[in-house]
Amino acid sequence: MRDTTAPAAAVAADRRRQGSLRAVHVIALLVVIAFCIFPFYWMVATSLKEQAVALASPPVWLFEPTLENYTTALGKSGVARSLLNSLVIAVSTTVLALVLGTPAAFAIARFEFPGKKELWFWFITNRMVSPIVLALPFFLLARTLGILDTHLALVLTYITFNLPIVVWICSDHFRSLPKDLDEAARLEGASAWRIFFSICLPLAAPGIAVSAIFSFIFSWNELLYALVLTRNEAKTAPVAATGFMSGYELPWGQIMATGTLIVLPVIIFALIASRQLVRGLTMGAVK
Amino acid sequence: MYSRREKRLALLGFLGPAVLTLLAIGIYPLLFAFWNSLHRFILPRVPREGTPWVGIDNYVAVLTDPSFQQSLGRTFSFLLTVLPIQIVLGLGIALLLHQPGASLLRVLTRLSLVVPMATTYAVVGLIGRLLFNGDFGVVNWFLGLFGIAGVNWLAHPTFAFAAVAAMDVWQWSPFCALVFLAGLTMVPVEVEEAAQLETTRWTAILRHVQLPFLIPGLTAILILRTADILKMFDSVFTMTRGGPGAATELISVYIQRIGFRVFDQGMASAQAVIILVLTIILSRLYIRVIYREIEQ
Repeated sequence: MRDTTAPAAAVAADRRRQGSLRAVHVIALLVVIAFCIFPFYWMVATSLKEQAVALASPPVWLFEPTLENYTTALGKSGVARSLLNSLVIAVSTTVLALVLGTPAAFAIARFEFPGKKELWFWFITNRMVSPIVLALPFFLLARTLGILDTHLALVLTYITFNLPIVVWICSDHFRSLPKDLDEAARLEGASAWRIFFSICLPLAAPGIAVSAIFSFIFSWNELLYALVLTRNEAKTAPVAATGFMSGYELPWGQIMATGTLIVLPVIIFALIASRQLVRGLTMGAVK
Repeated sequence: MYSRREKRLALLGFLGPAVLTLLAIGIYPLLFAFWNSLHRFILPRVPREGTPWVGIDNYVAVLTDPSFQQSLGRTFSFLLTVLPIQIVLGLGIALLLHQPGASLLRVLTRLSLVVPMATTYAVVGLIGRLLFNGDFGVVNWFLGLFGIAGVNWLAHPTFAFAAVAAMDVWQWSPFCALVFLAGLTMVPVEVEEAAQLETTRWTAILRHVQLPFLIPGLTAILILRTADILKMFDSVFTMTRGGPGAATELISVYIQRIGFRVFDQGMASAQAVIILVLTIILSRLYIRVIYREIEQ
């Protein structure tokens, strides 16, 4: 009797331990989800509250949602225009970065040439350098050229960080394509450009899409250059969101509605590219 | 594969436009900033005084300026505050995600990690202002549940610093988690299973089996986060504008104030060049440590 009960008790204890470990695991995961989502949730919730409800203390958890903040922000406060500016700038700079960057990426992936290391170093430095370093000369140059407060000024500025991203991500993808393809096409008499356009570009399309997403997100999110280089006409959405921050009683609902409109597309894009997110952010240091 | 002539032409065509663009909008402005840093260049006074050459005077002034040193010091204490927390939280989350079981919940967790990382920095600052508001902020309400009296976070130097740090921890711990998780999945399954037969203590497995696979990611985090905090501007600017006083004025915010609110372009350029030098050291380091295998 004793011999059978003791192990049974041990097994039961072990099972209890397993069960409680599992419960801890589940609870910990739920805590992590809450930690990540809560600030975002609170922004969206506040954007759907009337001002009096948004400023209530203690905070109100159940309320009747209203879209009033969105209509006011988009209409009266001119956020619609700034969102359009952001869209125009982010799309143009992404297209330009792809046009300039994909051939360069192909050359880096397929050819050896002097200065390759220096070029690479320059790209990594651009990933790291503070935008304030370039914002100072850009402001003075844009003033001299008379392009302050235009889309063009921001499109050109954003190329400085988008081009390195596109080149980096795309050359990584070109490198992963087998070289045999190139060689077979060579034997058929195809030129380097033909190989690039007809073979490598279509095959690397997923990687190019990821680099486009990155480029779009970084341009869409950017604040410092936009703050320095725009006034009214070309003002982007993050600048507009910051612009609410004056006066005594802040329109919290409108601010958070604007914030939600800015962040929502980014989150959707980031979820699409989530598998590549870390690799992109670390410039390939992490697989 | 290609003849020399053909290769040279192809390189010119493929690389030429990108390299020219980089020279025009990347290198030229940097040289211009360097040139400005050697002149007295105070915007409102330019029409009257012009921009006289001052040699290295701006650099001498910057390096002996206590407010610049304080700002740099503040930036590093910010780094030393957030980075250990982010590494510990990130590692914890990565281990939770690596643990088998609860697979649907783990997928949801992984997806939710993307949300802080994708949130526009400027908006992170705005959310921070909302959460840490002294009158109706939800953080004070939450502390109240535990009987802790709320404070007016953003009006007090130390608390404002802590609040900005908390938002940075929120945004970047998920990044650390995903980097560590990538490291953990590199551990060969057989090795990990063999280790689990040897011991049940997860700390032992972490130290002897998983740690070697986590080191490259950790190095990347250390260097990239240092660079990120040197360039951190948007979220601080929207959350506190560097205040109260200069309590949260990290280096990029400080230089922006000198350049665009004090309008001393010469001084600000000298400060920016110093930051650029620090960044170049960091990226050299990054290349040497991280791309060692890839480049060879």
